[in-house]
Amino acid sequence: MGGLPRWHILSGIMATRQAQVLGRWALAPAVTVLAAWSFVPLALTIYFAFLRYNLQDPDNTGWAGFSNFYYFFKDPYFVKDLINTVLLVAGTIVTTVVGGTLLALLLDQPFWGRGIVRLLMISPFFVLPTVSALVWKNLIMHPVFGLFAGIQRFFGSHEPLDWFGRLPLFSVGIVVSWQWLPYAALILLTALQSLDEEQKDASAMDGAGPLSYFRYIVLPHLARPITVVILIETIFLLNTFAEIKVGGIGGIAGNLTYLVFSQLNDATDVGMAAAGGLVAVVLANVVSAFLVRLVGKNLEA
Amino acid sequence: MGSITLKNVRKAFGDTVIIPGLDLAIADGEFVVFVGPSGCGKSTLLRLIAGLEDVTSGTISIDGEDVTEAAPAKRGLSMVFQSYALYPHMSVYNNIAFPLKMAKMDKAAIDAKVQTAAATLNLTQYLQRRPGQLSGGQRQRVAIGRAIVRNPRAFLFDEPLSNLDAALRVGMRLEIGELHHKLGTTMVYVTHDQVEAMTLADKIVVLNAGVIEQVGSPLELYKSPANQFVAGFIGSPKMNFVTGAPAVNRNAATIGVRPEHIKISKDTGEWAGTVGVAEHLGSDTFLHVNAAALGTLTVRAEGEVSVSYGDRVFLTPDLNRIHRFDANGVVIR
Ligand SMILES: Nc1ncnc2c1ncn2[C@@H]1O[C@H](COP(=O)(O)OP(=O)(O)OP(=O)(O)O)[C@@H](O)[C@H]1O
Ligand SMILES: [Mg+2]
Repeated sequence: MGGLPRWHILSGIMATRQAQVLGRWALAPAVTVLAAWSFVPLALTIYFAFLRYNLQDPDNTGWAGFSNFYYFFKDPYFVKDLINTVLLVAGTIVTTVVGGTLLALLLDQPFWGRGIVRLLMISPFFVLPTVSALVWKNLIMHPVFGLFAGIQRFFGSHEPLDWFGRLPLFSVGIVVSWQWLPYAALILLTALQSLDEEQKDASAMDGAGPLSYFRYIVLPHLARPITVVILIETIFLLNTFAEIKVGGIGGIAGNLTYLVFSQLNDATDVGMAAAGGLVAVVLANVVSAFLVRLVGKNLEA
Repeated sequence: MGSITLKNVRKAFGDTVIIPGLDLAIADGEFVVFVGPSGCGKSTLLRLIAGLEDVTSGTISIDGEDVTEAAPAKRGLSMVFQSYALYPHMSVYNNIAFPLKMAKMDKAAIDAKVQTAAATLNLTQYLQRRPGQLSGGQRQRVAIGRAIVRNPRAFLFDEPLSNLDAALRVGMRLEIGELHHKLGTTMVYVTHDQVEAMTLADKIVVLNAGVIEQVGSPLELYKSPANQFVAGFIGSPKMNFVTGAPAVNRNAATIGVRPEHIKISKDTGEWAGTVGVAEHLGSDTFLHVNAAALGTLTVRAEGEVSVSYGDRVFLTPDLNRIHRFDANGVVIR
């Protein structure tokens, strides 16, 4: 899939037919690897999803029809985990896009030490999800040792909030947002810097104040990068797992990925896990298509 | 209404002084052109008038009202930018309507104004397009449309035609001249182009390093430049400057003669020289004549001249049209 657009650019550059053929051959290994990489696992997943395949019941084999899907949907956790998934993805996207836009606007201003701040900005992105989840859970949100608890006690509270215990989904949302905020901010900052300075002058002449300038000039300019951020984040956030596992909250605030994991790990049902995986893939596509359309309609108008 | 007065306006970016102190009066309805070499502060001056830059000191007033501290939109001026600065994600209609929308005008009134402006500028059939789908000339017209719907007190243009090709430039130049006659609004126009300056201006302001060298009508500047800088800047091809004996004979440090004020002859004349490159334009011929100690002189002869490279010729300046300058470059009258 990733090879396709580049293929077009290449064929535009290579003038002669011979060069095109050569280019095709030169690309073939990369395309093959890419295809195998994404196609084989997908094909296997589809295959397993229609198979009776439980590790604790090895004698029970053969085609399962749609029963894996049926039982996945009927799983007592399915509806709750579906809602959790949507809430986590949507909440994190809203937080990171809004926060990222504000942060990008701030970092676009000239101030002393801006270069270093920008460099530091990206660092949360490099922290492994398991590590950041551990740090947040035990050092920041812990009801006894946590930073937040300390702050609460400073203001006189005797019973600080147990974040992961009382607000598990919200807490995971905070951790994930912290990880993705820099990504959104940096993409949007780059976009902001490509905004023509004369647009600002022109809108100032036309009587647009700072808010109108933001609403009518900056925001439409950011529409496309915001769409990109949403798309990428949707795909990755649907797969949120480490934070939930480390948080130990899979039973209360698990998402579909966690449900697939527990089908495989606790129930050892490969067939049902594969079916769940496929449902998650379809969901990812539906959600991202919906979000992208929504953003496109509202910002570009 | 739209008279603009600059009093002792100074502009510095940090320690770099761009405009050291400048006075200028622009009358209502006047077409004023700023010319000067690149980097002399033309755009800066225009942006100061627009309010896009703050003055370091001095005052700017429009129609007698002090606007030195006023926000750009409050000055009642419109600006057309060199790169047009259209809003790329808005349709042509919304681009033109934007200043009216910002002024909170109601929809019907906006529509009427946009349609009128579009009709004036031949844009009616493009109203639903985005700027990216227009040609350079059409974009230019949208930028002008956006400027005229506000009924500004004055228009500010910063090299509006420099991104257009030669043919289109001539056309747009005429349109802007036409617009000025039709609206009668004050226009302040920055350009590099001799012809634009000479043809459009009621008044030309020649700037050099942030200082006004001379202000006057195009013909005044052409006929009686105040100094060597203006003499060399106005007129194309450039005025010839001669130092040495011919200048001393006329009690000057330097004398200047325009190429069109030199007669060329094969037999007699004041200065002798050999023909270098000859540029045949059809209507005129530009000859670059190597006149020994005097240096290379440019001569403009009407029509076709039958001389060729290496020919020996004689040049005679028109005695009534010799400009004399003292050692400081100031004209001697
Ligand atoms: N924001 C700024 N900060 C510092 N210096 C600036 C700034 N804007 C302009 N200058 C300087 O001011 C001087 C005048 O610039 P300006 O753009 O007014 O020139 P100009 O006459 O319009 O030139 P051109 O004909 O090339 O457009 C230049 O030397 C430029 O480097
Ligand atoms: Mg300029």
